Amino acid sequence: MITAFFTAVIIAGTPLLFATLGELITEKAGHLNLGVEGMMLIGAVAGFGVGLYTSNPIFAMIAAMIAGAASALIYGFLTVTLRANQVVSGLSLTIFGTGLSSYIGTAFVGQKLSEGIINFYNPVAIPLLSEIPFIGQIVFNQDIFIYFGYLLAVLVGIYLYKTRLGQNLVAVGENPAAADASGINVNLYKYVHILMGGALCGLGGAYLSIVEVPQWQDNITAGRGWIAIALVIFCKWNPYKALFGAYLFGGLSIIGFRLQQFNISQNLLDMLPYLVTIIVLVLSSVKHSKESAPPQGLSVPYFREER
Amino acid sequence: MLRMVKRTDMTSDKAALIRVFSILCALFTAGLFIAIMGHNPIHVFSSMFMGAFGSVFRIKDTLTISIPLILTSVGIMIAFKMKFWNIGGEGQILMGAFFASFIALNFDSVPKPLLLLMMFIAGFIGGGLWALLPAFLKVKFDTNETIITLMLNYIAIKWITYLQYGPWKDPKSMGFPKIANFSDAAILPKILGVHAGWLITLVIVVVVAVMMKYSKKGYEIAVVGESIDTAKYSGINVNRVILSALFVSGGLCGIVGMMEASAVNQTLTASLSAGYGYTAIITTWLSALNAAVIIPVSILFAAMIKGGSFIQTAFQIPQAAADVLQSIILFFVIGSEFFVQYKLVPKSSKKEERT
Repeated sequence: MITAFFTAVIIAGTPLLFATLGELITEKAGHLNLGVEGMMLIGAVAGFGVGLYTSNPIFAMIAAMIAGAASALIYGFLTVTLRANQVVSGLSLTIFGTGLSSYIGTAFVGQKLSEGIINFYNPVAIPLLSEIPFIGQIVFNQDIFIYFGYLLAVLVGIYLYKTRLGQNLVAVGENPAAADASGINVNLYKYVHILMGGALCGLGGAYLSIVEVPQWQDNITAGRGWIAIALVIFCKWNPYKALFGAYLFGGLSIIGFRLQQFNISQNLLDMLPYLVTIIVLVLSSVKHSKESAPPQGLSVPYFREER
Repeated sequence: MLRMVKRTDMTSDKAALIRVFSILCALFTAGLFIAIMGHNPIHVFSSMFMGAFGSVFRIKDTLTISIPLILTSVGIMIAFKMKFWNIGGEGQILMGAFFASFIALNFDSVPKPLLLLMMFIAGFIGGGLWALLPAFLKVKFDTNETIITLMLNYIAIKWITYLQYGPWKDPKSMGFPKIANFSDAAILPKILGVHAGWLITLVIVVVVAVMMKYSKKGYEIAVVGESIDTAKYSGINVNRVILSALFVSGGLCGIVGMMEASAVNQTLTASLSAGYGYTAIITTWLSALNAAVIIPVSILFAAMIKGGSFIQTAFQIPQAAADVLQSIILFFVIGSEFFVQYKLVPKSSKKEERT
């Protein structure tokens, strides 16, 4: 019973984890992309559609990543090349993604993915590790997507903290003028990481539509993109903490079903993740510290000509 | 290669021309999208237009949709002027509707004019309080208002749904989850065939436009939007400006909720905000935060919504196509700002330009 609950927590946290890591990379490049919800939806619908027509789980995920990155490209072009307001550009991307996914998804309502795809994402127990009492069953008896999520959080961490490219990225986000002066191609870094961020958000959306739900629902993300943006602040731009934060919020989003037996209205319980997001945001804003500060150059357009 | 140079020769005519051109580009792009989806774009656009304006009845419908859009946009505009990104219009509409419905359902023996007035005030307070919360968190803890206002949207929807399925469920609805219909006294009358909300909205738009331009409060809001530091140095109580402006911003959205509950739905439902809170973000931005421009832009968007639902029945094109169209227009107009501010010149002329 308890094991089943925590297994479900990890599943519910996985779309959040991908989207949070995606937004984290984007913000490290100095760009606040409020289009996470839209990119997740576009990834979700692209992944589901390709999964439906090709019955190939890998193609479906690649399609979701490409679709997520393509939608991030709109944002990137507006904010990097055209120096448009990041908040408004991101919001428009969310509105666009919501509309586009609903438009395309109309054809997918009620359709079922093939057995091949569903089975591909069945849980796989990792030998030895899955035999650790309690934790093994929860953490190491999951689908391969979830393992990819663990790996990705660690990889992003190593990339940001231990590699030259990652350090350059941090420089771009903190002080683009200085990075530019030291020979870093600022716009290239921004574009690449905005696109990578979009690809990860798309992947997070596809996990929802292909593995977690798995069928098409209009507006399938239901605010998870926004929770992911809050999670980036919550985890203080640290990918390792993102792992923890995503599962914490995954847990909150499903705890409602478990509490139903105590005769509390489902509609009130559904408020929990949103309510907790607010509380967490307030708490993380209260204790300001240098370590928890956003990148210095976040949301500030960079004009080389005006340097 | 090209490089960009700040424009100094931009007139407002030229800027308007660039924006109109960008909308044409957007329509062209949207047309391509429709063509890819296998429909004839010219056919679809003209049907949308006819669906929105093709008969007196449709025109009335379009205007009825534009009323909440205009008023929500004006409400949001006040917040946007301060660069306070209030995207919680949806929730503020619902909470205004909730407060107004509380009055409508419990005081239906009060004479009609008084009851409607009470509902207005309640709606204003409901929406205002729902916007005051993120404003308070912003000034007190510097929390990100975008996320908070959005989270409050979801909470408001869940709250109304809870009422609809639980404590406020109409016992006479035979188990169907709906809240009781308002009595006649709580329903806004019609003026010239469209509910009286249009007149109220027009009055509010004029008042807000005048306030923003000529009053001290309007000036303070503009200064806070330009630079919080400047505002502080010039002795403006920044926190008070943000709090009071947001109360009004949310309050206007709350009045939208009251009008939608009273005149359009004649009851409270979780779906009465109908996405106006989000569409208003687009219309507000496209109007360059100018109250007078909000009216035509909102009517245009109301036409797209109405036309969008028309093509759904005529062509079986999902209504979401209208959302896609709207966001494409938004992308192009956002992008066009660059060409209002800068011009591109060939890189070879760099040396002369620098001097």
